[in-house]
Amino acid sequence: MKAPARIAWLALPAGAVLAFVYVYPMLDLGRMSFNRTGPTGAMVPDWSLAIWRELLADPFTLELTWNSIVLSAVATTGALLLAYPLALFLFRTDSRWRGLIAAIAITPMLVNGVARVFGWLAILGDRGLVNSILLSAGLVDQPVRLVYNWTGVAIGLTESLMPYMILALMAGFGRLDRTLEEAAASLGAPPWRRFMRVTLPLSLPAIVLGWLLCFVLAMSAYITPKLLGGGRVFLLATEIFELAVTNVNWPMAAALALYTLILLLLFLAAYGALARRAA
Amino acid sequence: MNTGAGASRSLAFAAAGVIGLLLAPVVVVVVISFSADSFIVFPPSGWSLRWYERLLSHRPLMAGLQLSATVAAFVAVLSLILGLPAALALARGNFPGREALRAFFLAPLLLPTLVLGLALLLAFQPFGLIATLPGLVLAHLTVTLPFVVRMMATNFATLPDDLEAAAATLGAPPLRVFFRVTLPLAAPGLAASGALAFLLSFDETVISLFVSGPRASTLPVEMVRYVEGRTDPMIAALSTVLVCGTLAVAVAVERMIGLTRAVGR
Repeated sequence: MKAPARIAWLALPAGAVLAFVYVYPMLDLGRMSFNRTGPTGAMVPDWSLAIWRELLADPFTLELTWNSIVLSAVATTGALLLAYPLALFLFRTDSRWRGLIAAIAITPMLVNGVARVFGWLAILGDRGLVNSILLSAGLVDQPVRLVYNWTGVAIGLTESLMPYMILALMAGFGRLDRTLEEAAASLGAPPWRRFMRVTLPLSLPAIVLGWLLCFVLAMSAYITPKLLGGGRVFLLATEIFELAVTNVNWPMAAALALYTLILLLLFLAAYGALARRAA
Repeated sequence: MNTGAGASRSLAFAAAGVIGLLLAPVVVVVVISFSADSFIVFPPSGWSLRWYERLLSHRPLMAGLQLSATVAAFVAVLSLILGLPAALALARGNFPGREALRAFFLAPLLLPTLVLGLALLLAFQPFGLIATLPGLVLAHLTVTLPFVVRMMATNFATLPDDLEAAAATLGAPPLRVFFRVTLPLAAPGLAASGALAFLLSFDETVISLFVSGPRASTLPVEMVRYVEGRTDPMIAALSTVLVCGTLAVAVAVERMIGLTRAVGR
């Protein structure tokens, strides 16, 4: 049933609230990056490019960018490799447990991030599950350091991305036609060959979209790197928070946040282009 | 097919392994919450309920729990009150600029909460909204309102409209059709949206880290502070309670509309 055009007014209250909690803050963020910090570190209202110049000339910015991109690429690829078999299984199975398994697969999305990080501390810590197995099996003499470093952050981040990857893959598997694989099988192709020549090429669009989506999520993840990195892992996300809350250097924090956002928009543009081609 | 059985069995094994990996942190948290040790030791050397007892008398975490529940309740109710009419306009309206309006409502979901949180900190500070109940509620609406609008717009669009047409044909005025036909039909989706908005707000960590302060900190913020300072099983006890709560809500939502559909895009 189509309603008259004046129904549009119903969107006004929600629009007004979003204008205050979304449009205005984002404009304000852009404005802030053109202010300066004075000699005492206090913010000085201005219209200058001083902060942007400082940010882009600092080699630390490049290092943070590189760290974030490498970590996100590793975690996203790990999530893809782990999520693919599960997503394929869920897509194909006609088991009556399918709904339950799918719910378990995305439950980590709904479990508080701090709780999940704590779980990884208990699994990977010096006296955690992995180290007690390694020590009691006599494989190592000293606990292996698996948290408060890059390894811990990569593992935790991989797990936190997996539900999103599973959903993205399952959504993209739509064009995966079972009869094509059966045809390949009846023509004598062994399972591995069928996978490489039929299943994998057909699911390539889903893989690309899932990878880009999770990469963007990984680039802006904060809690996992902060808590599993123990202050030894320096990323764009952790530095934005440091600048804003610890150093109270708002113009620089705003500029670094916008810099990160522009980086992400470039990836999203690629995402959009690929999505259009896949559709 | 003869060759298919082996391949699908190995796929099932791989899927089971991945499920195990996804569940591992949650299972470990639940187990360690009953530990008697003072540090994170897994497997624990003894069992007790002491961390649950300690949790009940831990002031900052209990205050955080209370604040988070209050914020989430306000956020869920406001998201529904504001989101429902907007979703109706998007789903039923036929006006110029509707697609632009839809894009506007969904845009905040595309932004990282890290950037949103920083923007909210800078914008709210001059208004004295940082570390206040209204400030936290408004900040969380940035995420929950678009979410509810998206979910309810889909919900309204998929409702069968022949009942509404029938009611209108029989002479019911539009407002009456809405309250007597549309709203009851949409009720399960509405309840599910409200529950998920509550959960989203209750679990929101990054935005809260920016707009919380010593005067008012939500539960996830207090949890981050606690884990940064110490590592003992108290957070595991708290997490176990939270996981049970989340599970209850997730099961309820699954019953109402199907969880995978609710969180999927």
